[in-house]
Amino acid sequence: MLEKTLSGDRRYWGWVFVLLAIMGLGFIFYLKQFGYGLGITGLSRDITWGLYIAQFTFLVGVAASAVMVVLPYYLHNYKAFGKITILGEFLAIPAVIMCMTFIFVDMGQPFRILNMFLHPTLNSMMFWDSVALGGYLVLNIIISHHTLTAERKGVPPKTWIKPIIILSIPWAISIHTVTAFLYSGLAARPFWLTAILAPRFLASAFSSGPALLILLCLVLKKLTRFDAGKEPVQKLAVIVTYAMAINIFFILMELFTAIYSDMPHHVSHFEYLFFGLQGDTTLVPFTWVSVILAVISLVMLLVPSVRRSEKTLAIACVAVFASIWIDKGLGMVITGFIPSPLGQVTPYWPTWPEFLISLAIYSFGLLLLTGLYKIALSVRKELPA
Amino acid sequence: MSMDRRKFMRVSGLAALGLAGGASRDLLAQETPPDTTRAPLTGSRWALVVDLRKCMAAGDCTDCSQACHRTHNVPEFDNPKDEIKWIWKESFEHVFEEQEHEFLEEALKHVKTPVLCNHCDNPPCVRVCPTQATWKREQDGIVMMDWHRCIGCRYCVLACPYGSRSFNWRDPRPFIKEIKPDFPTRSRGVVEKCTFCEERLARGLQPSCVEACKERALIFGDLEDPDSEVRRLLKERFTIRRKPGLGTQPEVYYMV
Amino acid sequence: MYDGGKVILGLVVFLVLLAAPIFYNLASGEAQHVPELEKAARGDQCVRDSTYMTGNHMDLLNEWRDQVVREGERFETGPDGATYERSLSNTCLSCHVNKAEFCDRCHDYLGVQPYCWDCHIVPEETQP
Repeated sequence: MLEKTLSGDRRYWGWVFVLLAIMGLGFIFYLKQFGYGLGITGLSRDITWGLYIAQFTFLVGVAASAVMVVLPYYLHNYKAFGKITILGEFLAIPAVIMCMTFIFVDMGQPFRILNMFLHPTLNSMMFWDSVALGGYLVLNIIISHHTLTAERKGVPPKTWIKPIIILSIPWAISIHTVTAFLYSGLAARPFWLTAILAPRFLASAFSSGPALLILLCLVLKKLTRFDAGKEPVQKLAVIVTYAMAINIFFILMELFTAIYSDMPHHVSHFEYLFFGLQGDTTLVPFTWVSVILAVISLVMLLVPSVRRSEKTLAIACVAVFASIWIDKGLGMVITGFIPSPLGQVTPYWPTWPEFLISLAIYSFGLLLLTGLYKIALSVRKELPA
Repeated sequence: MSMDRRKFMRVSGLAALGLAGGASRDLLAQETPPDTTRAPLTGSRWALVVDLRKCMAAGDCTDCSQACHRTHNVPEFDNPKDEIKWIWKESFEHVFEEQEHEFLEEALKHVKTPVLCNHCDNPPCVRVCPTQATWKREQDGIVMMDWHRCIGCRYCVLACPYGSRSFNWRDPRPFIKEIKPDFPTRSRGVVEKCTFCEERLARGLQPSCVEACKERALIFGDLEDPDSEVRRLLKERFTIRRKPGLGTQPEVYYMV
Repeated sequence: MYDGGKVILGLVVFLVLLAAPIFYNLASGEAQHVPELEKAARGDQCVRDSTYMTGNHMDLLNEWRDQVVREGERFETGPDGATYERSLSNTCLSCHVNKAEFCDRCHDYLGVQPYCWDCHIVPEETQP
């Protein structure tokens, strides 16, 4: 099936070329980072994780969100998702690969990364996270490959794949739960030390992921002859609405506990996010943009007529995605470090090399996504209508 | 871990090694100072007591951190971003946030307090490390670092509630003033911190910060030894530890 | 198989290209040349016999590394009954004083770049 990626029109090759060019540029900067060390990023003694790990965290959510199409389709036999389930699975695969790449570029000694498996450490959440992610990748490759091959041959999928599909559902939940556990088990960092972090991660994942999937469906409809249909897109929109409402609810829970208890260690982080701390207001505008986008998108999604129009739905989905990207891909990780355990505020902002390396990894993911979607659509096109 | 086991390891393992070590040092006397022929210092639970009143009297003295950083080839950067610190001084109100109040004793408020790895009994950094590159040594409780194994994920830096760990953001060698030949430098991309001078203990020497402190404000010893000075001090004087509520059980005690 | 002939031809070309350096070294006689290593400046017995050391010194160093760093076992008794410190800088290099003519010469020949010296100090390196 891979040969499907090798034929395409000029538009396709142009897009591939653009992605490859960005990847090449990012790779040059990665070589620079490899030579100099991670000091080339904006990270410092006090802010030890930043843009890379934040993207990892955000993308684990995108990967896990495939479950929002897999579960209704396979568990509840919701036929309308038949056309887009493969798109969800094919979104998860590049998302997991991007996660792994972000982890890789964040390592101080990348060539030693296998030490994680040479000396497996069961008490480390990072070990479990890598196991969960690796397993999820394998599951999704097996499932999508098998179901698409069966579809191509016009035969029903083999029965042995069913338990694997069922397994992939809790597994998707687990990848994001374990990713939350990376943070929420650290006594040293009160901002993350909250039992609601994993549920919050899942809620934000199940809104941002399907929102992205809706956008992808709309883009495909515009650029190709593939039409996901009205019903699945609308069903996804309902999922986004519920998940976004729950996400906002969870954030308000966090705010209540922190503000009402008024414990300095808990309040100071939120103070940093919303108003700035000791003169450092780097994230303040982002936080407010995220809040405003979250509120606007939820209101839009809650109004049926707005949700039903593809144009306004697209705007709402962009707002959901942007709001959660700021929340998870920027604020969540950085704020955990401010103030530091010794009460200091060290500003952090990604440097150009850091930004370009991240952009290159996103391009890599988009390239994989483009290839996989091309395969899926080509297989579909060959089938008799 | 039980006391018996600790004692056993101390007596059988380290003592034997110590004798062997003493003998070999004579054979390889080249370049090594004569006092390295001492028997190793062994303990079952190393601890450090900081006498803040004495430290206060010395004002802005940084003898401890200078000696430590010289001994361990710790680089000196002129910016806080790349900074690497094993032992250094912070203001009392930052170190003991929970003790700070408006009318805190004037002298204490401004005292620069030495901070370092606490060699916790229950170290969160060890719990999170995915490769066991940092671990708690069974025989004496030192939280160790294996710079060969560290993958540079910096998860331990997140987990440490004391900010005691530093990462090598770039090649440290050009920033080491004078390279000491008997201790390695680090490569970029690994985490480092105080190791209670385990390499000096093995040569029968006190940690270099303790040795360097002219005020004798740092007292190092074995808490499992009832006759040790640290035990006597803890029995007689009021001491506090950093962030005791987190359950990490630090082994650095402060007399205020 | 579609285009079986072309596929096989492609594979053969690929393998030949992959193995080209080996053939080159065999043909040019480069492979016959073995670097001459400097003899130890002092001591007449190594911590292991020299055949073992030639092929396996890296394993021994890894073993030493783990014993010293992780077990705290710094000393061992050598074949001559003497006690050695398990130390690259202090033991190995105290006899093999010339790193360039001993370590590097062979490592360069084999094209390996061990990272020992990123951290461990070559004794003379400290003298300006």
